[in-house]
Amino acid sequence: MTELPLRSANLQIDAKGHLRHLLSIEGLNRAILTEILDTAESFSSVPAQSVKKVPLLRGKTVANLFFEASTRTRATFELAAKRLSADVLTINVPTSSAVKGESLLDTLRNLEAMHIDLFVVRHAESGAAHFIASQVSPHVSVINGGDGRHAHPTQALLDMFTIRRHKRNFSNLCVAIVGDVMHSRVARSQIHALNLLGVGEIRVVAPRTLLPSHIKELGVRVFTQLAEGLRDVDVVMMLRLQKERMESAMLPSGLEFFQVYGLTPEKLALAKPDAIVMHPGPINRGVEMSSEVADGLQSVILQQVTHGIAVRMAIMSLCLGSRAVPSEM
Amino acid sequence: MPDPKRIRIRGGRVIDPAQRLDAVLDVCLAEKRIVALGESPDFEAEEEIDALGLIVCPGLVDLRVHLREPGQEHKGTIASETAAAAAGGVTTLCVPPDTVPVIDTPAVAELIKVRADQSDRAWVLILGALTRGLAGEHISGMAALAKAGCVGVSNGLRPVQNTLILRRAMEYAANFGLTVFLHPQDPWLSAGGFVHEGLVSTRLGLPGIPVASETVAVARALVLAEQDGVRIHFTLLSAARSVEMIAEAQARGLPVTADVAMHQLHLTELDLLGFNAQCHVSPPLRSTYDRDYLRIGCSSGVVSAICSDHQPHEPSAKLAPFCETAPGISGLETLLPLGLRLVQDGILDIHTLIARLTWQPAQILGQPYGTLRVGSRADVCIFDPNRDWIVNSAQFVSRGHNTPFDGWRLKGRVLHTLMEGKQVFSLER
Repeated sequence: MTELPLRSANLQIDAKGHLRHLLSIEGLNRAILTEILDTAESFSSVPAQSVKKVPLLRGKTVANLFFEASTRTRATFELAAKRLSADVLTINVPTSSAVKGESLLDTLRNLEAMHIDLFVVRHAESGAAHFIASQVSPHVSVINGGDGRHAHPTQALLDMFTIRRHKRNFSNLCVAIVGDVMHSRVARSQIHALNLLGVGEIRVVAPRTLLPSHIKELGVRVFTQLAEGLRDVDVVMMLRLQKERMESAMLPSGLEFFQVYGLTPEKLALAKPDAIVMHPGPINRGVEMSSEVADGLQSVILQQVTHGIAVRMAIMSLCLGSRAVPSEM
Repeated sequence: MPDPKRIRIRGGRVIDPAQRLDAVLDVCLAEKRIVALGESPDFEAEEEIDALGLIVCPGLVDLRVHLREPGQEHKGTIASETAAAAAGGVTTLCVPPDTVPVIDTPAVAELIKVRADQSDRAWVLILGALTRGLAGEHISGMAALAKAGCVGVSNGLRPVQNTLILRRAMEYAANFGLTVFLHPQDPWLSAGGFVHEGLVSTRLGLPGIPVASETVAVARALVLAEQDGVRIHFTLLSAARSVEMIAEAQARGLPVTADVAMHQLHLTELDLLGFNAQCHVSPPLRSTYDRDYLRIGCSSGVVSAICSDHQPHEPSAKLAPFCETAPGISGLETLLPLGLRLVQDGILDIHTLIARLTWQPAQILGQPYGTLRVGSRADVCIFDPNRDWIVNSAQFVSRGHNTPFDGWRLKGRVLHTLMEGKQVFSLER
C-alpha cells in the first residue's frame, strides 16, 4: 500500500531515534542494539552491590501483563523493575478473561486508567504487543515479553549479551539455532538480532516440518541434519519443543526427535571446542538436549537467566527515557 | 414510492459491454425500462440527468455481498448495506447463505426478500445453502430453495469436507439449474491458518495457509465437474496456480467460471506488515506474483467477474491481535473506483472492467441484468471517471467502516445510481 505511511514500521522508535517501545528486533538498528547491550553491561554490577537497587525508575509504575504462563521471564522482568526502584504490578490474566468476554482492549484501557507507565506484555497471539502499542497513550511504553510465534526481543537481547560476554566479536561467529523454528518467537528474534550485529553465519537446524516456509529469506542457512549443522559452530542455540508438538502431524515422538535432533556430548563434539550451548528455558531434558550437555562445562544456560535481569533493566530504563547511567555505578 | 419519472440521461459516454457499445448517446428510461438509446426526439422526459463528461453503464452486479441480516445486525442490516450498494453503483447483489440462521430453508430466503423489498435500494439475489446448516453432511432442500427464488447454492466459506457429499450436492443442484458457488479451500491444509504461507507469515510468525489449500480444492472440484458434467463457479480466487488450472479446464470446454474480490487485485501479503488487521481477509492476501496473475486472469477473461466481497464489521471486530480479528473488508463503496484504478494503471481496459462488473457476473447467475439494451430493466450507474477523492471510511454509507483503503487517493466516483428508473443514490456535485 504505497498511499499510506507504514503505520507500525517505526512504532518502536520515536522522532529522535530513541527507543519508545520494544516490540520486535526487526525494525531496530545495530546502534540501538549496542546501546541496550552496553547499558545492560553497566547494570550487571547492581546485584553485587550491598543495596541491589538504583533509583532510575523511582515513581514509575510498571505492569507485567501476562496472558500466557511464564516463570523466568515474568520473574526477571519483575526483579529488573524492582532493581530500578519502579513500583511493579504483575497481573496474570488467565485465559478465562476471554471466556468472561473482556477484550484485550478493555483490559488495557482499565489498566491505563491506573496510570501505568510501562507495560510488559506476554500474549499467545502474534502481534499482540504491536496491537497494544498502537492503542496506548503517547507517554506509555510497551515491552514485548513474547507474542505468539512472532517475537521475543528481550530474550534475543539477553542471548546476544551472553554471546558477547563469551565471544566479544560477532562478525567471525558461526551460530546454529536448533529445533522448532516454526513455532519459535525466540528463533525469529535471535535471527534478526544476529543479523543486525553482523554475525558471519547463521544456521537453522530442524526437520522440514518445523521450518517456516520462507526461513531462508531471513538470512540463514538451512540444515536438516544436526551433524552438518553443528560442524565448527561457535554457538549452539537450542530451542524449546512444546509438548503438544511432540506427537502431532509434525513429529512422530519426543523420543525420535531427541534421537535425531537432540544435543548430546557426541554431537556437540562436532562444534568448535570452545563452543557455548544456550537454551531459553525451560529445558525438556531428553528431548532437546541431554542432561550432560545442559549441565556441562559448555552450557551457559544459567548465565542467560542472570543476564536477563540486567538486559531487561536496560530496556526498561531506555524505554522510559532514563538514559543517564547513574553515577554511583 | 411514486412511479419513476420518464428520464433522459443526456450526453454521457455509454458503455455497455453486453452489446459492445461505447458511444456518446442519450439513454431514455420510462416505466422501469430502458426505452431508447441515442437520439429520440419523440421521448418526452420529465427529468433530465446531465451526463456530459460522465460514463453511463449498467448498474453493477456484485456476486458477493454480506448484508449481515439476519443475525448480525450490529455489523449491518439489509437497509444499511443495500444503501451502501446504491452508493457504490451496485444495483444487483448476491448474498451468500452464511447468515444466522443459515439460508437453508425458504423461510430465511423469504425474510431477506421481504426486507430487501422494503429497503428498495438494490436487487438482492440469494444463494441458498449447498448443505443443510452448511455443515457439509446433508444436501439441502434445493428444490424448495430454488422455488423460493435462490439463484444458486453455496457452502459459504465452509468447505464441504466429504468429497462424496460434494459430488452429490453438485449433481443435485444441477437438477434445478442452480449454479454451485464454491469457495475453494481444503479444510485440513488451511486449519489454524490466517494469512498466506510465505515470507510475511514467516516474518510475523502468523500461522499460514498454503497456496495448496486452494489448489487442492480447485483440483478436486474440477475433477468432479468434468466427470459429472456439472457447472461450477469458483468464488474468491487468491492464487495464481488456481487461475492456471481453471484456464486449462475452460480450454477443454468445461463449464467453469471464476470471480475474484477487488481487494485481491490491489493488496498483497506485504500489506500485512505491522499486523494490519484491516488486511485480514479470507482467503488471505497472497504474494505479489499471485496478485499480478489474478490481474492477468481478469484481463484474459479466465476470471470473468470481480466482486466486492463486502463484509461490514463493527469497529471492535478489528481491534484485537491479528488472529483474533474478524476477516473482511467493507468493499461496496470502493468497488468501482478501485476498478478504475486498474484501468488508469493499464491493467484492464475500461470495457473489460465494466464487463467484469456487470454483464458477466449476471451471466454467471443466468440473469438478464447488467445491460442497457432497450427493453432491459432500467438499472443504471453514472460515474465521473475523472473525479479525485480520498477514501474516508467515516463517510461510508455502509455501517462497516473497515477498509484498508482509508486514505487512498482514487480517481472516479459514482454520481447517480438508478434502480428501475428511480434514483436510489445521488452524490452532491
